[in-house]
Amino acid sequence: MALRSTIAGISSPEALAEALKAALYLADDGIATAGYLALALGKPLLLEGAPGVGKTEAAKAIAGILGRQLIRLQCFEGIDAAAALYEWNYPRQMLAIRQAQEGSSSTDIYRDEFLIERPMLTALRRPDSTVLLIDEIDRSDHEFEAFLLEFLSDFSISIPERGTLRAAERPVVILTSNRTRDLHEALRRRCVYHYIAYPDPAREAEIIMLRSSAVAESTARAVVAAVGILRNEPLSKPPGVAEAVDWAEAATALARTGASWPEAFRRSLGAAIKDEEDLAHLRPRLAQFIPGMAA
Amino acid sequence: MSVKVPAAVRPLIGFPVLLRQHGFSVAPEQTVSFLEAVELLGPRSIEHVRKAALATLAPHPEQRPRFDALFDMHFLGAIGELGEDEWHPDDDMQVQDDIGTEEVVIGEDINETGQAATGAEALAIRTLRAPDDGEILRRFSVALPDALPRRRGYRHQAARHGKGIDLARSLRAAMRNEGEVMSLKRLRRTRRPRPVLLLIDVSGSMKQRSDVHLALAHEIVHAMPRVEVFTFGTRLTRLTRALRLKNREQALVAASGLVADWDGGTRIGDALEAFLAVPRFAGYARGANVIVLSDGLERGDPSTMIRAIHRLAARAFRIDWFTPLAIDPEYRPETEALRAIRPLLASLGDASSTSRLCRAILAIGEARAA
Repeated sequence: MALRSTIAGISSPEALAEALKAALYLADDGIATAGYLALALGKPLLLEGAPGVGKTEAAKAIAGILGRQLIRLQCFEGIDAAAALYEWNYPRQMLAIRQAQEGSSSTDIYRDEFLIERPMLTALRRPDSTVLLIDEIDRSDHEFEAFLLEFLSDFSISIPERGTLRAAERPVVILTSNRTRDLHEALRRRCVYHYIAYPDPAREAEIIMLRSSAVAESTARAVVAAVGILRNEPLSKPPGVAEAVDWAEAATALARTGASWPEAFRRSLGAAIKDEEDLAHLRPRLAQFIPGMAA
Repeated sequence: MSVKVPAAVRPLIGFPVLLRQHGFSVAPEQTVSFLEAVELLGPRSIEHVRKAALATLAPHPEQRPRFDALFDMHFLGAIGELGEDEWHPDDDMQVQDDIGTEEVVIGEDINETGQAATGAEALAIRTLRAPDDGEILRRFSVALPDALPRRRGYRHQAARHGKGIDLARSLRAAMRNEGEVMSLKRLRRTRRPRPVLLLIDVSGSMKQRSDVHLALAHEIVHAMPRVEVFTFGTRLTRLTRALRLKNREQALVAASGLVADWDGGTRIGDALEAFLAVPRFAGYARGANVIVLSDGLERGDPSTMIRAIHRLAARAFRIDWFTPLAIDPEYRPETEALRAIRPLLASLGDASSTSRLCRAILAIGEARAA
């Protein structure tokens, strides 16, 4: 397999990190390297990590800098080939048959116009203008994972009525998993892998300010520190990066209306903690978590 | 024919080999990607090699400290501490596969009463007799295939109601009406039985129940496709093959010959770690209904058991735990280990008598169907 060392003007992990930053995504070394290698080697990129660390955002940003359309396939329990690959448009096929009967001419009901493309087929047909995001693959069944394995190794789909379709070039595929269950080793093996951990405090503060220009640096730092403590609590839904951004924005908005800072943080806590039991767990010791209240 | 490998590449190829020796699974194609990745990145420093290794060799996040230690050792010559992490299987846990034969050592200090759980390894042999609950077991095995949760199959079957439309059948029906489509025929997904993984505690504290449990295992093996049976005590033993014998007496005799740790101590955590460390075994748990017959009285380190159950739960469809201690419906587990894993278990059922155990297993699928 030929190695393409430059894709869409990106010739190194550093260049990818630069481009991602321009697309409002702050990538650390690990994800920049993994992303670059995936593009260069023509392999799928598998991103694992806790919910809310920016796996899907990373995929969107990569699609953005490549100037390609992002096609998202959201996995769920019971997802099957019809939802992922293609389906025949039965009502239209029936109508076409009726029409053919009236005019007593024969018709091919397996033409393109009767084919409903699903995400994987779309990506396969236009590999040069799309990025395929297979989101939350840990939610799908093992059978779908096995089926995906076949797709990811030779990028071809066979439609019994039409024959086998093969991608003209290797499409860019990004898979994400929340690690609610272990993925099959064979799937991990086919991909370039990166585990996204929570960003370190300085980087997270930077992300918050990049995402939302209204938030002041001191607010961002306070939120990051508080969120860091919250993640060490036994919560059923620890706040992710997205929640940290929301919280900082919400508190800033409240502070503008005249609320004091600790008050603004307390009232907007719902942006970070979205589970009643978690809130109940934190309530007695709230002062420890709210920036500015501990003092 | 031998291929000359350039001297500069040799350490790079050596690293995946070293990883394999330390229990990481690395495929040859990953080694190739690793070399390509190193070439793509420069490499201008050793950190580039590390990043390439991380991205292509894909260690689990839990394995990272160990991975880094091995990397430092291999490429930087550092003689660091090889940190003990959770991935490392217990070395002294013996795994008895039912393919080979192994000499059985008979322990002297057999746990006679079966009242207490001990951690000591006391090997023993035992002759299993078929229990008298034949009628209960027979009815159990008839009801079982419909009772356990199933998974959606990948194929479709004709059905009265369903999401998909059966074009072929609809058109065939239309032919009879001179091409007029009167009704749409439907398709639905088939439902297939999930694999079953049966883990049976044969330690001293479960002594009175082991006979029945193995007889039950024999019924399950014959009632369902894709069943795997393991026993654990101080060792892990695979019994599936022995139990495939049709005749129950013969099967139980063959099975009892394989198990070397009858009525000994209980090291559930170590046994499960050993189970998960063998990829072929661990694969049996994937998407399976896992049924554990044990009192959960762990005499080893409870944290090992908790970790092992977490890993098992990440692979399995659901874990149902049956303990003879749960006679009272209000039973709450008291040992630290069992309390900690309770949220991972789909149910904690009553195994105090054969009929109750059978009823509890048949009830596994009910909660889902409702």
